[in-house]
Amino acid sequence: MSVHGKIRQYIRSNLVTFDAMGTEFTDDDNIFEKGFVNSLFAMQLLTFIETEFNITVDNDDLDIVNFSTVNNMVRLVEKKKKENTTA
Amino acid sequence: MKAFQERLDTVKRFAEAELRPRAGEFEVKEEIPRSFLQRLGEQGVWGATFPAEYGGLALDPVDYGHLTEIIGKACNSVRELLTVHVSLVGESIKRWGTEEQKRRWLPKMATGETLAAFALTEPEVGSDAKAVHTSYKQKGNRFILNGRKKWISFANIADLILVIAAKGSELTAFLIEPSMPGVSITKMSGLLASNSSHLAEIHMKDVEVPDENVLGRVGGGFAYVVNTALDHGRYSIAWAGVAIAQEALEAMVTYSRTRKQGGKYICEYDGVQRMIAESSVNLRAARSLCLTAGRKRRDKHPEAMAETMMAKYFSSKMAMKVATDAVQVFGANGFSRKYPVERLFREAKVLEIIEGTSQVLQPLIAQHTLRTGYRDEGVITK
Repeated sequence: MSVHGKIRQYIRSNLVTFDAMGTEFTDDDNIFEKGFVNSLFAMQLLTFIETEFNITVDNDDLDIVNFSTVNNMVRLVEKKKKENTTA
Repeated sequence: MKAFQERLDTVKRFAEAELRPRAGEFEVKEEIPRSFLQRLGEQGVWGATFPAEYGGLALDPVDYGHLTEIIGKACNSVRELLTVHVSLVGESIKRWGTEEQKRRWLPKMATGETLAAFALTEPEVGSDAKAVHTSYKQKGNRFILNGRKKWISFANIADLILVIAAKGSELTAFLIEPSMPGVSITKMSGLLASNSSHLAEIHMKDVEVPDENVLGRVGGGFAYVVNTALDHGRYSIAWAGVAIAQEALEAMVTYSRTRKQGGKYICEYDGVQRMIAESSVNLRAARSLCLTAGRKRRDKHPEAMAETMMAKYFSSKMAMKVATDAVQVFGANGFSRKYPVERLFREAKVLEIIEGTSQVLQPLIAQHTLRTGYRDEGVITK
């Protein structure tokens, strides 16, 4: 599965909504502002991204903006993978 | 493995022989002597989970849980220092600190030369951690902090305090030293429990903090530093509940087998046996939850935070119930300071409040269950 697909699936399986019929979100929706996930999810998401993609997110990249949308997370993962390759 | 077990046995012997007999005395005197804490430092306790390169024992979460139980069973206030010093501050520096910050603080923390406290709570801010009033503003390469923190365990003797401050809706974590100009500490006294935990209020007036003392990213205080710290704190509190309950259970069993009423030992009465049986089963259930959470933390499992919340929620309530039953088994003697159960009863209550009250954790656990327990195929009908 692609980075994009894995991230989308992880977020979908962690949505905190009571609408059993499903909540749709786009790749540019801010999942925190929309209330789809609770505040603890920020750490959970970080752990998932680091372990799933075998990268380390350092303090400079720990801006919540980098984790707020699917597209932003994909960009972050690709950037870190690229850094690892060139390092 | 063998080396770890030997170390754990050494700590256990020290805790049983020297710590446990003095727990009541510490509470009455409202103090744990620094020299005593240093002796525990010699056994590596204060750097329990820190990497070996920073002078720590590098214990994994499960082993750290066992250590927490040993210390907490002997003395809840010393366990409280373990929680704030290792779980809240040490783990935060380990996770979010720069290499320079790690080298500067962790080795001294590991020996106990530097004791650390965690300052989030304020007079008007408890469960709503995002709403802290303590403020910061940037001035060149320094930050100016103003505000007041309250209920901060070991702040009265700490050499390093992790302070959470706000700039608008943005929260940032700072490592401050009580010796910094503008910092004043006022010891709190006459509390229900934790009287020897050196709780204090921290007043900060125009405290200048250099930018190398910012922990993590500016503005990353809540989502990352606070969440990480409280998660580690909850794990420690879950084991603290097991520790208090184990001590209370052993006290009630021993008392019930030596106390006679109506010509027989009170352990022979059904009512006492019911309390012992329930306590024993619930204690084992709590320990199982703690071990499950510990293993998932060790394996960096995505559900580790949720499992930790559940363990903390159940274990703290269980400790309160077991300690209450212990007082009940002791009868009138349960009210006496001659016996430890009245102290365990008071100490258990605190566990239901700190690092997220039971009421704060309930909706989070419910949300987790509403997510994981849902069936896409709907409710099965006959």
